[in-house]
Amino acid sequence: MNTLLNNSDLFITGFRNTLILFIVAGIFALILGTIVAALRVSPIPAMRAAATLYINVVRNTPLTLVLFFFALGYPKLGLVEIDFMTAATVGLSLYTATYVAEAVRSGINTVPVGQAEAARAIGLPFTQTLTLVILPQAFRAVIPPMFSVFIALLKNTTVAAGFSVAEAGAIRSNLSERGEPAMAGLLWVALIFVLIVFILSFVQRKLEKKWKVAR
Amino acid sequence: MSSVLFDAPGPKARARYRILGVVTALVIIAIVGFIVLRFAQSGQFDEKKWHLFTFPLVQQTIIQSVGATLSAFATAAVFSLVLGVFLAFGRLSDRKWISLPCYGFTELFRAIPLLILMMIFYYGLPPLGVQGITPFTAVVAGLVLYNGSVLAEVFRAGIESLPRGQSEAGYAIGLPKSAVMTNILLPQAVRSMLPVIISQLVVILKDTALGFIVTYNEILFQAKYFGSQAQYGSPIIPSAIIAGVLYVGMCLILAGIAKWLESRMRRNVKVAKVVKSEIVAIEG
Repeated sequence: MNTLLNNSDLFITGFRNTLILFIVAGIFALILGTIVAALRVSPIPAMRAAATLYINVVRNTPLTLVLFFFALGYPKLGLVEIDFMTAATVGLSLYTATYVAEAVRSGINTVPVGQAEAARAIGLPFTQTLTLVILPQAFRAVIPPMFSVFIALLKNTTVAAGFSVAEAGAIRSNLSERGEPAMAGLLWVALIFVLIVFILSFVQRKLEKKWKVAR
Repeated sequence: MSSVLFDAPGPKARARYRILGVVTALVIIAIVGFIVLRFAQSGQFDEKKWHLFTFPLVQQTIIQSVGATLSAFATAAVFSLVLGVFLAFGRLSDRKWISLPCYGFTELFRAIPLLILMMIFYYGLPPLGVQGITPFTAVVAGLVLYNGSVLAEVFRAGIESLPRGQSEAGYAIGLPKSAVMTNILLPQAVRSMLPVIISQLVVILKDTALGFIVTYNEILFQAKYFGSQAQYGSPIIPSAIIAGVLYVGMCLILAGIAKWLESRMRRNVKVAKVVKSEIVAIEG
């Protein structure tokens, strides 16, 4: 308990950065992932191919390598300079977007065929079929997998600590500078993560109940 | 593909699709071209930056680091599968004092970030007097605890999705519960869950890269080491490219095996039916 109370400043900044990373990267990943999923089911072969290539390459690359590139490689390119926090946000968004895209696509597949057929029968083009009829239903069906994607994102933010972002995963090295026992600090970090994950699962169950599709 | 989403294109639509296809291709070529151009302009393709990787000793080190990644992956994969089976059996036990701790164990270790688990082993245990923690053991222990818990859920879902008649038939011919589990339910569950299990193995392979942060001597760790050699022009991007190709290659091979197994099993109608609904539920 002392480790937590005496160093509450470290824990608060650490977890604040973790939550900022989580929320910002989560929003971008949700938007980008939905677009990629839409591209993957679009009638244009080139778009489908591009989205599939993006998903296959990024899903088979470790997140550590993605962040490695953005944190250590990108500055060498001489483009606009970004700090480590932005680099981590971009890396996490691009990585998580592929998982969001896969979840949304599996949701699109669970929507009964009749829905799309009805939409086409009243003359809706592809974009409207997707945005007005299919996606609203798909999102309801994918709440559980979507939440596991976001829980994974929350846990993945710790990887950014390996690339000089002062977030929850970096609390340990800051604590050891102050001469605190490493184990106590790490266990507190683990415990707080467990609590946040349980809160997220609770929200998931609520949303699942609220948006249940009656069929 | 879900071609239910759009009508068969007429002549007008086909022309429009063609234009959009060309535009997409152009946009992608522009993005990739910009990245390659930027690489070239900042001298990432210069001979000097790649010179380091022509030394036989460096190549040997890279091959060794691939070996290190693969050995951590293989060890972790075997132990996670074993732990997963045990936890799944534990959770399905009729005795509360076995099933509850197993439930708590899986939930707990699925909620703790893998990197924090590895840090607990690598930085947390030695000061408490635990001897012999190497980066390898820390990486493997973290991977096993996390992926074992995930695989336990996969096995459990697989066993629970089997028709009740399977276990009832086992009990009817007088088998004890342990024999019903190991001889009847588990083989079928593993079969129907094989695609999910293999995609979890891909996750293990990818997560070995986290060992980089706890100083395990794997691909990414070597990549950073070579990338910071100033006398060879700090080739951090060339070494990231090499590491990327190695990882994507290894993961694609594993994913290819998964696809092949899936297509093999789709021939068996009985198995395929069970799988489909479950995969959607588990894959995140």
